[in-house]
Amino acid sequence: MDDSGSVVAFWTLAALTVGSALMVVAVRNLVHAVVYLILSFVGVAGIFVLLSADFLAVAQVLIYAGAIPVLIIFAIMLTPRAARDNAETSLGLPALPLVGALLATIISIAVVTDWPEATRGGFEETTSVIGEALLSTYVLPFEIASVLLLAAMLGAIILVRED
Amino acid sequence: MPFDWLRAGPPLAEWWDLRDLGNAVGGLLGWIDDRGGPSWLPYVVSGLIGIVGILLWSVFSQLFFVWAERRLVARIQVRLGPNRAGPLGLLQPVADALKVLTKEMITPRNADRLLFWASPILVMVPALVVFAVLPFGERMVLADLNVGVLFVIAIGSINTIVVFMAGWSSSNKFSLLGAMRTVAMLISYELVQVLALLAVVVFTNSMRMGAIVGWQDDFNTWIVFVQPLALLAYIFAGAVEINRTPTDIAEAESEIVAGYHTEYGGIRWGMFQLAEYVAGFAIAAIVVTMYLGGWTLWGLEEWVPGWLIFLGKLYGFFFVFIWMRGTLPRLRVDQLMGFAWKYLLPLLLVNVLLAGLEVLIWQENGFAAEAVLPAFAVANWALAVVLVVGWGQVLGHLRPEHRAKRPVLVKEVGAILYEPYPLRPGGSVPEA
Repeated sequence: MDDSGSVVAFWTLAALTVGSALMVVAVRNLVHAVVYLILSFVGVAGIFVLLSADFLAVAQVLIYAGAIPVLIIFAIMLTPRAARDNAETSLGLPALPLVGALLATIISIAVVTDWPEATRGGFEETTSVIGEALLSTYVLPFEIASVLLLAAMLGAIILVRED
Repeated sequence: MPFDWLRAGPPLAEWWDLRDLGNAVGGLLGWIDDRGGPSWLPYVVSGLIGIVGILLWSVFSQLFFVWAERRLVARIQVRLGPNRAGPLGLLQPVADALKVLTKEMITPRNADRLLFWASPILVMVPALVVFAVLPFGERMVLADLNVGVLFVIAIGSINTIVVFMAGWSSSNKFSLLGAMRTVAMLISYELVQVLALLAVVVFTNSMRMGAIVGWQDDFNTWIVFVQPLALLAYIFAGAVEINRTPTDIAEAESEIVAGYHTEYGGIRWGMFQLAEYVAGFAIAAIVVTMYLGGWTLWGLEEWVPGWLIFLGKLYGFFFVFIWMRGTLPRLRVDQLMGFAWKYLLPLLLVNVLLAGLEVLIWQENGFAAEAVLPAFAVANWALAVVLVVGWGQVLGHLRPEHRAKRPVLVKEVGAILYEPYPLRPGGSVPEA
């Protein structure tokens, strides 16, 4: 983080990510909220690029900016009787101190922790390393995740079967 | 030292060596770097040159192909096509462009102004950004990412969101229907696209576009010879992604006016049109790079500029899309989805498995590529024919579904049911 380009890029992306994340909860229109959510995810992908984690960045765009919002959009569109705005709820009152406490915790951790400074340069190539790790060291979690997704798919099919 | 990558590898030829325009750009960047300006300057300059080059090329290609497509489709359908403006109607795209530029842009009263305004601009972004990773020549690539293939898929998925934004913000039921169709269609064919490209990556062992072209150059073959099924599937997935006619259910004009861009007029509509063509070129470029050897042509690239070969292949492949549009009728929504899930997906899963097996056999036994690749090619082509015909026979002999099946739960979660209830004006739904 010594050259000015990375610093400018980092703060721009950070502002984009946090700003649009704020807008997600602030805007009244649910579809606008989804669009801001996408912007926020794209900002996170940019930060991954900055950390030279190219695979993660592209996967972030593919899954979080491309697929998850589609899921949310389907959820919004298939429930026409639900309100389309970020409605007021009475849960706002208890949520406020809870979120405040969480924010205070995160900020205090961020301030107190002695962050180690990375001395390494950029990664050469992350894709094959991640692939090998997933299929050797972490093969069990990988397989469990696959089975979980398969179960979710089967469940969805069974739920919507006609007979 | 920035630009190590520029000086690594084979030395740059003279800047006037037109066989690769990267020579000229590389020379310019080296010159800037030697003057000792700020370190970011060469990056900015190379980025600007790449962006302006790609933009100019795509707009002029689009102008030409609007004319070429109309003439060719007319030819296929035994009509004359535009032939009044200029010789052979060549000035027709200019006249069209002027018309589109001067027409009024109407914004519907109930439209969501911000998204309605932003969508025609944003729709160009994914179409153009894809070209960043596609090599036009050996050095003519804006950013040869390690994860180029994945990048292409990811950018394609962004397209879905923009189309949805356009359709939703128009506040028009036909627009929304078109948008929802696009979303459903694209998430179906994204799987097909990923599996089709995965088979290539399994063979080339890299997701870098430059390395994929290099692999095809090294082994003197094109991926299509060893992966015909993947190319076939990718052609369909690509046609879906760019909404071209056999698969353009998102803007099916005989069903839902113009789908997601029903409410757009003037240059806003023109942007959608432009983006459709640029995305079409992008898909053709991906096909050429991944399956048809990119800018190489068995040694001819030593004599003819590689980018000319690339463009020749690209336009040649784009003709296939025009041909499909002129010949094939539009698929129905459920047919298109069924084709992806029931037909292409099982075939592609078999194909990926087989590709992995072949590469494993090849690597484990250390066979020579000259012996093993032709064998794979013959086996894969035979298998592709058997699978395509056989699976088509199996599916064809299943009992046809006369009535579209509707999930039971849909009613319970409160979805809009169109069929038995006529929709009231304004889109309100009667109580079921």
